Amino acid sequence: MAEHGQHSVPHAQAGEFDNMELVHPKTFLGKYVWSQDAKVIAIQYGLTAIAIGLVALVLSVLMRLQLGFPNTFSLIDPSSYLQYVTMHGMIMVVYLLTALFLGAFGNYLIPLMCGARDMVFPYLNMLSYWFYLVAVLILVASFFVPGGATGAGWTLYPPQAISPGTPGIHGGILLMFASLAVFIAGFTMGGLNYVVTVLQARTRGMTLMRLPLTIWGIFMATVMALLAFPALLVAILMMLCDMLLGTSFFMPEMLNLGEPSTHEGGSPLLYQHLFWFFGHPEVYIVALPAFGIVSDILATHARKNIFGYRMMVWAIILIAVLSFVVWAHHMFVSGMNPYFGFLFATTTLIIAVPTAIKVYNWVLTLWRGNIRMTVPMLFAIGFIFTFVNGGLSGLFLGNVTVDVPLADTYFVVGHFHMVMAVAPVLVVFGAIYHWYPKITGRMLDDTLGKIHFWVTFLGTYAIFYPMHFMGFAGVPRRYYGYGETTFIPDSIQTLNAFMSVAAIIVALVQLVFFYNLVRSYFRGREAGPNPWQATTLEWQTEHTPPRHGNFGTELPVVYRWAYDYGVPGTKHDFIPQNMAPDEVERADRVDQDAPGRLPS
Amino acid sequence: MANPHPGRPMSPVEMTRSAPQEGMAGLVSDWSAERRVFDISWGKAMMWLFILSDVFIFACFLVGYMVLRMSTVDPWPDASEVFALTIAGQSIPLLLIAIMTFILISSSGTMALAVKYGYANNRRLTAVLLLVTAALGATFVGMQAFEWAMLIGEGVRPWENPWGAAQFGAVFFLITGFHGTHVTIGVIFIVIMAVKVMRGSLEKSRPGFLTGRKGNYGMIESLGLYWHFVDLVWVFIFAFFYLW
Ligand code: HEM
Ligand SMILES: [Cu+2]
Repeated sequence: MAEHGQHSVPHAQAGEFDNMELVHPKTFLGKYVWSQDAKVIAIQYGLTAIAIGLVALVLSVLMRLQLGFPNTFSLIDPSSYLQYVTMHGMIMVVYLLTALFLGAFGNYLIPLMCGARDMVFPYLNMLSYWFYLVAVLILVASFFVPGGATGAGWTLYPPQAISPGTPGIHGGILLMFASLAVFIAGFTMGGLNYVVTVLQARTRGMTLMRLPLTIWGIFMATVMALLAFPALLVAILMMLCDMLLGTSFFMPEMLNLGEPSTHEGGSPLLYQHLFWFFGHPEVYIVALPAFGIVSDILATHARKNIFGYRMMVWAIILIAVLSFVVWAHHMFVSGMNPYFGFLFATTTLIIAVPTAIKVYNWVLTLWRGNIRMTVPMLFAIGFIFTFVNGGLSGLFLGNVTVDVPLADTYFVVGHFHMVMAVAPVLVVFGAIYHWYPKITGRMLDDTLGKIHFWVTFLGTYAIFYPMHFMGFAGVPRRYYGYGETTFIPDSIQTLNAFMSVAAIIVALVQLVFFYNLVRSYFRGREAGPNPWQATTLEWQTEHTPPRHGNFGTELPVVYRWAYDYGVPGTKHDFIPQNMAPDEVERADRVDQDAPGRLPS
Repeated sequence: MANPHPGRPMSPVEMTRSAPQEGMAGLVSDWSAERRVFDISWGKAMMWLFILSDVFIFACFLVGYMVLRMSTVDPWPDASEVFALTIAGQSIPLLLIAIMTFILISSSGTMALAVKYGYANNRRLTAVLLLVTAALGATFVGMQAFEWAMLIGEGVRPWENPWGAAQFGAVFFLITGFHGTHVTIGVIFIVIMAVKVMRGSLEKSRPGFLTGRKGNYGMIESLGLYWHFVDLVWVFIFAFFYLW
C-alpha cells in the first residue's frame, strides 16, 4: 500500500473520485426536501435539531421557574418536573448536540473541507436524516401519550424506569426506547458515510495530517459514536424485553409500592455498565467536534497557525481511545466492586492529560497572535473559559472519595453543564457565526452577535456557577422542591431565584440570535467567498454558497496544511490550502510589523 | 505520503513519488496518504466499518449474557441436555445445532465462490451460487425456528424455564433471535443480488432502483463480507451457549 495518488487504484469503482455520480434533481422537492446533497441534508439536520433543542430549552426554563419560585406555578407538579428533567437532558445531549455536530456540521463540512463532491453514499445519507426526523417525532409524541413522557432521568436507570411510581412507564418510556432505536439506526447510516468519506474520498494532496482539526474532531467523534451507540441499543433492547415480556435482564426481585414484582435475578448494575459504556463516550462525542471547531476558529481569527498541530491530532485520538475505559466513574456510588472505583478513577485522571494539552495549545495559539475580536472568536474564547472551569470540577469528581459525598448533588449538575452543555453550545454558536457566511452568502450582524455572546456567556456563569456551592451544601439533584429541609439554608432559595432569573434572560437572548439568523438571511451584508480570509477548502469554492458538487469542474488540489496564517516572507497573511507553491506571492521586503507575523 | 513538515509546501509530484518507508514510519505514511487510507472501494470500506459497529453490538450481548450467567444464584440449565435431539429413542446432544452450524459454514463457502465467479463474469454460476447460499441461510433460519418451537414446547419461556435460572430463556431467545434476524436480512439481500446478477444489472452497470447508483460486482463481495461476519458471530454464539 505504499504507492498512492495518481496510480490507478485496482479496486476503485468507476464512479469514485473525480466523476462521482451525483443525482441532480430538477424539481423543488428533489432539491430541497428529498435532497441527496450533503449540504442540504446538513441544513435539514441543523434546523430539526435546533427546533427540538428549543423544546429542551423551554423545559429547562420551566424547571428553573419551579426551582426559583416554588409553589407559584400550578402547571408544574412533581411528576412533570421529573419528565422535564428527563426530556431536557436526553434532548440536549442526543437529539440536539449529537445531531448538530455530526449530522449538521459533519454533513456540511466533511465533503467541503476534505475536497470531496459529496458524501460517498448520498442516498444513505439522505435516509439518515429522515430516520432522525422520525426519531424526533416519536420523541415529541411521547409528551402526548397517556401518562406523558418518561420521568426516569436521562440515564433511564432500571428498575425505576419501568416500575410503577415513575411517570410515563407505559407509553412514555416505550416511545423513548423506540425513538432512541430509530435515532441509532439513522445515525449509523450517516456515521458510516462520514467516516468513509474522510478515510477514502479526500482530494489529491489532502493527507490525513493536512486535515483541518474540525474534520479530525468530527471524524473521531463519529467513530466513537459508531462504537458507543451499540451498547445503548443493547441496553434498551434488554430493558424493552423486561418491560414487555417480563424477562429479568435488569430487574431484581423487589417490592414495589408494597407489591412483590414478578421479576427475579436481574442485574441493574449491568444496565449501568452498558449505559455508561455509551454515556461517557457520548460526552466526548459532543466534545471532540467542539475541540476541532474551536481550534480552527482560534487559528483563523488569531491569524496564527494552530500551536502543535500533530499534538492536537494525537490528543484527539488518545482522548477517543481513553474515553472507552473510564465509564464506571459515573458509578462510584452504585455499589460496584471498590477496586473498580480505583481503576476507573485512575483512567479518568489520565484522560485529563491530553485534554490539558489541548487547552494549553489553544491558549498558546492566541499567544502573540493578531487577534481579531470577531463574534466567532468571542465564542471560541468563551468556550476555553467554561471548558476549563468544567474540566477542573471534573477532576474533583474523578476522585472516588470526593465524588461519594458530591454524587447526585448540584455540584454534578454544575460540572456537566459547564463542561458538556455550555461549552459545546458556545462552540455551536461560534461555528454558526463562522460558517453562516458560506452557507447563505451573507454576514450575520456583528452588534447583535456581540449582545448575544455577552449575555449568553455571563448568563450561563450566573446560572451554573452557584450550583457548585449548592452542591457543597448538599442540595440533591432531580428534586422538584426541598420543602422544610434543615440542612439546606434559606439563602439557597435566594440563590435559586437568582439563577432562575438568569436562566430566563439567557433563554430570551436566544431570540436575538434567531432574529439575527432570519434578518441576515435577507438583509445581511454580502459576505463574498472568503470573509474571514481562511485557508480551508470550503472558503475557496467557485460559488458561495457552494453548489451541488461543491467545487467547479475540477476538484481542488491541496498543497499544504490548513494553518498557513501569517507565514513569514509572504505577501498575504494567509495561504489557502489549494494554492500551489509557485503561486504564493513573496513579500518584497521583510516587514517586521506586518500583521500576523509569527513570533520569532 | 505524509508531509514530514506540515506548513512547508510539498508539490503533488513530491507527494506521489516519495520512497516507500519501512516499519512504523511506513504504517503512518500509508495511513495518512492522500485520497484513501485503504486500497478498497467505498462500499467495501463502509461494510467493514458497519461490521465493526455490529461487533460491538454482539459483544455487548455476549458480555451481558456472561454477567447474567455468572451472577445468577439459580443453577444454569445444562446445555447438552437442553439442546439434545431425540432420534429413535436415543438422545443425542447438540445434534441439531451441529447440523445448523455445518449448514451456515457451508453457506459461507458458496458465498465465497459466488464472489469469485462474479469477478470472473460468470453470470449464471454466480446467480446459482447466490441462490444456494440464500437457500442454506433460509434452512438455517428454519431449523432455528424448529429449535425455538421445540424449546417452547418443553416449557422454556423468556421469563422462565423448568430447569433453573430464568435468564436462560431471556438471553437465549434475545441473542439467537437477534442473530437470526441478521441471517434473515442477509438472505433477503442475497436474493435481491441474485436477481440483479441474473438480469445482468451488475454487468451493464445499470442504476439500482433505489439509490440510482450503478451496480458492479464489488457489491457481491461487500455482501459476502456481511455474510461471513454473520457466520463468524454464530461460531461465538455456538461456543457460548452450547459448549459452555
Ligand atoms: C439555559 C440552558 C440550560 C438550563 C437553564 C438548564 C437547566 C437544567 C436544570 C434545571 C436541570 C435539572 C437539574 C435537576 O433537577 O437535577 C438540568 C438537567 C440536565 N441538563 Fe440542563 N440546562 C441547560 C442547558 C443544557 C444543555 C445545553 C445541555 C446539553 C448537554 C443540558 C444537559 C442536561 C442534562 C444531561 C441534565 C440531567 C438530566 C437528568 O438529571 O436526568 N442542559 N438542566
Ligand atoms: Cu464520564
